Amino acid sequence: MATKVTTPKPDQLVTSIDFTPPKTGWMDTPTIIKPGTFCWGAKGKNLATVEFPNARDWNPSDQDWKLPENWQEIFLKGMEDLLGKYRSFKVFMDICVRCGACADKCHFFIGSGDPKNMPVGRAELLRSVYRKYFTASGKMLGKVAGARELTVDVLKELWYYAYQCTECRRCSLYCPYGIDTAEITIMCREMLNLLGLNTDWISGPVANCYMKGNHLGLEPHAIMNSIEGMIDDIETVTGVRVNPSFNRKGAEILFVTPSGDLFADPGTFTCMGYLALFHELGLDYTWSTYASEGGNFGFFTSNEMAKRLNSKIYAEAKRLGVKYIIGGECGHMWRVLHQYMDTWNGPADFLEVPVSPITGTRFDTAKVLKMIHITEFTADLIKHGKLKLDPSRNDDLVVTYHDSCNTSRGMGLLDEPRYVIKSVCNNFYEMPENTIREQTFCCGSGTGLNASENMELRMRGGFPRANAVKHVKEKHGVNMLANICAIDRATLSASMDYWVPGVRVTGVHEMVANALIMKGEKERETNLRGEPLPGKEGN
Amino acid sequence: MTLETFLSEKKPAIAEKWFHLILATYPADTSNFLKNQKDRFTNPVGHTIHQGIEEILDELIHVVDIGKVSPFLDSILRVRAVQDFTPSQAVSFIFSLKSVIREELEGDKNFAVSPGELRELDSRIDSLALASFDIFERCREKLYEIKANELRRMTFRLVQRANELGGEPDAESPPERKQ
Repeated sequence: MATKVTTPKPDQLVTSIDFTPPKTGWMDTPTIIKPGTFCWGAKGKNLATVEFPNARDWNPSDQDWKLPENWQEIFLKGMEDLLGKYRSFKVFMDICVRCGACADKCHFFIGSGDPKNMPVGRAELLRSVYRKYFTASGKMLGKVAGARELTVDVLKELWYYAYQCTECRRCSLYCPYGIDTAEITIMCREMLNLLGLNTDWISGPVANCYMKGNHLGLEPHAIMNSIEGMIDDIETVTGVRVNPSFNRKGAEILFVTPSGDLFADPGTFTCMGYLALFHELGLDYTWSTYASEGGNFGFFTSNEMAKRLNSKIYAEAKRLGVKYIIGGECGHMWRVLHQYMDTWNGPADFLEVPVSPITGTRFDTAKVLKMIHITEFTADLIKHGKLKLDPSRNDDLVVTYHDSCNTSRGMGLLDEPRYVIKSVCNNFYEMPENTIREQTFCCGSGTGLNASENMELRMRGGFPRANAVKHVKEKHGVNMLANICAIDRATLSASMDYWVPGVRVTGVHEMVANALIMKGEKERETNLRGEPLPGKEGN
Repeated sequence: MTLETFLSEKKPAIAEKWFHLILATYPADTSNFLKNQKDRFTNPVGHTIHQGIEEILDELIHVVDIGKVSPFLDSILRVRAVQDFTPSQAVSFIFSLKSVIREELEGDKNFAVSPGELRELDSRIDSLALASFDIFERCREKLYEIKANELRRMTFRLVQRANELGGEPDAESPPERKQ
């Protein structure tokens, strides 16, 4: 007799579907490399340009990553070298007690829900390898002691998550031991680089910067041409023709900014802001088409590469014979300058302690570095009443301020940008306390993760920041997100577009220039973006 | 008692169970965090889901006006559209509401729902599911649009300048200039 076939009822179907993920331990949960979360692999030619080993084209979505035969030996030798070189790395590998204080502080964990994105989880990926090969307990007890073999799959997992950390250091802020998880990511990326496992989005700019002086690979005529275009635009808006100089020996000040400001909107408007301000002050300064990049993607690659790319800044200051350097609005540029430049390429004993030629203020905080941030410089000008400002020109803006991770946690630049913004805008509202200043949430796209192919990852990482922006938009009508970072200007535009439509992104000096009453200016009808000023809409 | 009254009374229990079922689609370590962290800025995903389902239930209990309920579906789906979910997994949380409500009905001996009312409720949940597919798709399209716009933004000045120098007409303005 045939068995009677019964069709399940809809209720039974609904209740029989189990969407619960398997409850396996992290070591037994395989990592699947998914499109949308990773950047394309480095091109061999770019790695070869900077003489990096194992340069080849490779694709993360391929099964075969074309690793050298002795890849495991290379990786572990690299790890041994770094453990010997950096005491901090060894300490960070040993001392975590898994208290969990960092777990929910990472924007990637918060946005993705992937436990391997908890900072402690991400670090554990590397710690497990460390235990296996560098500790007695790990060698003897293996998995029981939290140790595991370095297999190809483990290597791929390390790569996948090393590029899901923006080195923003928010987790470090809460760690009772002061473990700097960013440093663990930095070390991991450095080891991966020994195997040629960089990304195209980082290695391309590194090669460009090494050969041409900036990430975009702009040659001197292209830089000057771009700035000439901005000079035309400033003249159209203000009636004033600014006249910057390039590579001028004997200038008092060298100005260095990220090259993103030269071509990518809305950074270009920030750049116009610098040009207008410096012109109004009659500042004796020069641009350099050689030290034409403040940013440093080498920092996302290896210590040595970061040092090599950074060296041009002091070298150019020396060649031109300037007294000191002003740096533009950038994030990681300032972490690198503030915490590494003197050790790498100093002492800058050929430069002087920065003194504002307008106010006479001596910036003793920069007496070693000999370089100041433009918001420090501008805040000092405003404090001394040296700028004529009309904040009502920015009355169409309801502004909030995003602290870049690197300028806030990396160098403590918290109040100067806010002081400048409040001086040039009438409508300013802070985001909630646990999302700003030292506790700021990352944009989700720093450390060279600002490619397009990993957009899902960027949106996950950007959600905590965007969520706070959404809150002030709903509460106060915020429509402009200000920041002092070139990567923020580029990537927060995308993040706002997805999460909080209606909020745009600006650099601080764009708003400064819009409010700035310049000598000899015409009656302004538009802002630097060519949009009508408040009250001039009908003209 | 009508189904509407029943659902209004049981709304807190339904919302709670539904919330837990949705969180169960995340790994265990994550769902604990999403469930227990109450700060809306530290836990935006948990907060968004919790707030969203409250509002969706309010609508569902009465008459589903897709126009009204869309923003709440959107807030949840916008998150799930960029997380590690397939499209069917991302929208599955709508269907799990059917089993949550049935459990509540079965657990209450004082109320017997009529087949007609239940069919009508299922149909309302199905309409939420259909709307969810549309919203999910819009979120994914937005991601691709953002990718394209970002590339245009990066190269806009170069193209504009090249065209100016070459005597060509102005490059088309990048997206934000049109606003």
